[in-house]
Amino acid sequence: MIEEKKFVTQYRFAFIDEATKREIRRKLLKAIAIPGYQVPYSSPEMPIARGWGTGGLHVTLAIIGPKDIFKIIDQGSDASVNACNLRNFVQTMTGVETTLDTSKATIIQTRHRITEEVLNEDQIFVYQVPQPEPLRSVERYENKTRQMHGEADYAKMWVSLYEQFVRHGDIMLGAGYPVKVNGRYIMAPSPIPRWDIPNLNNSKAIHLFGAGREKRLYAVPPYTKVEPLEFEDVKFHIEDFKGTPCFRTGYKKAFLDELYYDDGSKHYVINDSNFLDKLVNKELPQQHENSYLNKLGNEA
Amino acid sequence: MGYFAVKGGADAIQNSLELLDFYRLKNATSPLEIHQIVSQLRIAVGKIMSEGSLYAPEYAAIAIKQAEGDLLEAAFIIRAFRTTLERRFVSEPLNTREMFIRRKISASFREIPGGQILGPSMDYSQRILDVKKAIETKDTIEQILKAFDDKIDKEKLAAITQHDKVIDLLNKDGLIQKANTDEDRRLTDITREAIRFPAPRSARLQMMARSETGALMSMGYSSMRGFGSVHPTVGELRYGSVPVRIKDPRGRIRYIGAVEVTEAEMITGTKKHNDKGAALFSIGYGLCFGQNDTKVICMGILDTTLRNPDPSMPANDQEYVLYHSEGIEAMGFTNHLKLPHYVTFQSSLNNVREAVERNK
Repeated sequence: MIEEKKFVTQYRFAFIDEATKREIRRKLLKAIAIPGYQVPYSSPEMPIARGWGTGGLHVTLAIIGPKDIFKIIDQGSDASVNACNLRNFVQTMTGVETTLDTSKATIIQTRHRITEEVLNEDQIFVYQVPQPEPLRSVERYENKTRQMHGEADYAKMWVSLYEQFVRHGDIMLGAGYPVKVNGRYIMAPSPIPRWDIPNLNNSKAIHLFGAGREKRLYAVPPYTKVEPLEFEDVKFHIEDFKGTPCFRTGYKKAFLDELYYDDGSKHYVINDSNFLDKLVNKELPQQHENSYLNKLGNEA
Repeated sequence: MGYFAVKGGADAIQNSLELLDFYRLKNATSPLEIHQIVSQLRIAVGKIMSEGSLYAPEYAAIAIKQAEGDLLEAAFIIRAFRTTLERRFVSEPLNTREMFIRRKISASFREIPGGQILGPSMDYSQRILDVKKAIETKDTIEQILKAFDDKIDKEKLAAITQHDKVIDLLNKDGLIQKANTDEDRRLTDITREAIRFPAPRSARLQMMARSETGALMSMGYSSMRGFGSVHPTVGELRYGSVPVRIKDPRGRIRYIGAVEVTEAEMITGTKKHNDKGAALFSIGYGLCFGQNDTKVICMGILDTTLRNPDPSMPANDQEYVLYHSEGIEAMGFTNHLKLPHYVTFQSSLNNVREAVERNK
């Protein structure tokens, strides 16, 4: 018979063993030193399934300290079930304070959104990345895409954008629109909507990307140029909500969710849950500024 | 609003977990004991140790129980547990010639050194549903054990020795192709460093030793059936336990225990090396924890196919085989589609609506 005490397990601070955390931090430093370059890393298995945010977790757990304040969102929402689950895991494994308040957090982990509220120099933004390779749609072999990045050979990518324009009258890429970082590497910004792309440019915060299943880390350091791929005559544009206001706040300058009620009626509401809460409470959070947003009409 | 919404998500998870326990236990049957799983679900335990990449039968059994028999899930639990463990030692290379053999067959020769030993195998079990298994009791188990014990000749037990391998016979006759000296023979560790392509053979074999059995099987099968050209002969298939040794800090080699493994050496014809000499045989190698013939046979086929890259055959494509037979990653990613995607969907919705406008 097995004695019960044999199976008692104690987990160390932030779950991952120290040697592996150091390895991840070294690879993150390399990623920051070469903006947009994908650094292979060990990517140990986590108790969260592959594709559910393991890369983001590796980054968060490797950099988090006991004094950090942690926020996590999924699809812009603090309340998403997966965000709740990962928040609970990080909190249990580290004991750090967690928050929903974007401005209060020191580390913000995200899936598919950048917060509407502006980020500052003391914040680290951690992305969960399903597919780190922006060239995968035009080249299936990892061996070849690495070579293409090495030689800055992005012809296939440009041709595919051109073909989309010829076929559909526009570049049909939705979330995860490819960007060029620091004038060198083309990077997959994880599937954030086009709305968020301009907010990566010249950001005050550090942006760290973790693709666990594909075992790659990459980064956009603070104050780094990030440009969406576009042609002189066919420009990148963000999602157009055509001046539709949020039905709860009347606010027009935020990424909106489309909700359908039981009676079939459609409503639009601000996607970023903390931003919405702050507007409802009349707290006036400071929003990102970029040329695309500035063109839009402000509050109703 | 924010706080309550977050609490809603957390409560939903909590309720779901409670339901999971409830569904497992609702009929109040007697609990499955870990040692029962270790001994009566031996094959499943081996599979979990192999795919979970951790030799720990009791932990594998707990994982099987926890996952309610979902072996993909159980292997995943073990992999995650493995992450928390420190690597204290690296073992000396296993020498499978030292194996205490429980099963040993060859399809290449009628007689082999030590003979053909079927051992415990389902191969000839005639898959007729044995309803007597439903009424097994402690008494019937004891009768079976006693009858078995009476048949054993205790004196012969001690005479079991190690035997030469089939490939040794072929090697003596100079019929086996020497390893290509151009081959990448670096020893990498795929658990410490992400695999890069083209991957050295060490990385390929490590990936396959952890691969999901079914995925390896389908790719190995594809090469034999028509989407490839490897149709090997089982040179030798062995199952048994092999001693594991480590070097202690003072440099002494220490025995720390034995692991149960299945090993396959698959023989195929080979091309002439540099178009010189005769075409010889080459060996495709497969090894995994536990007893799993299917896995090591397919691993042996794929070891051969991956040494001969050919983009026209899926099983000869390193990136295709190795990335997509990784069960834990494949399972996680295919299941992540259940996560909400309404932001990314809104982004494409926006594009499609604009395209509809343009076409009016």
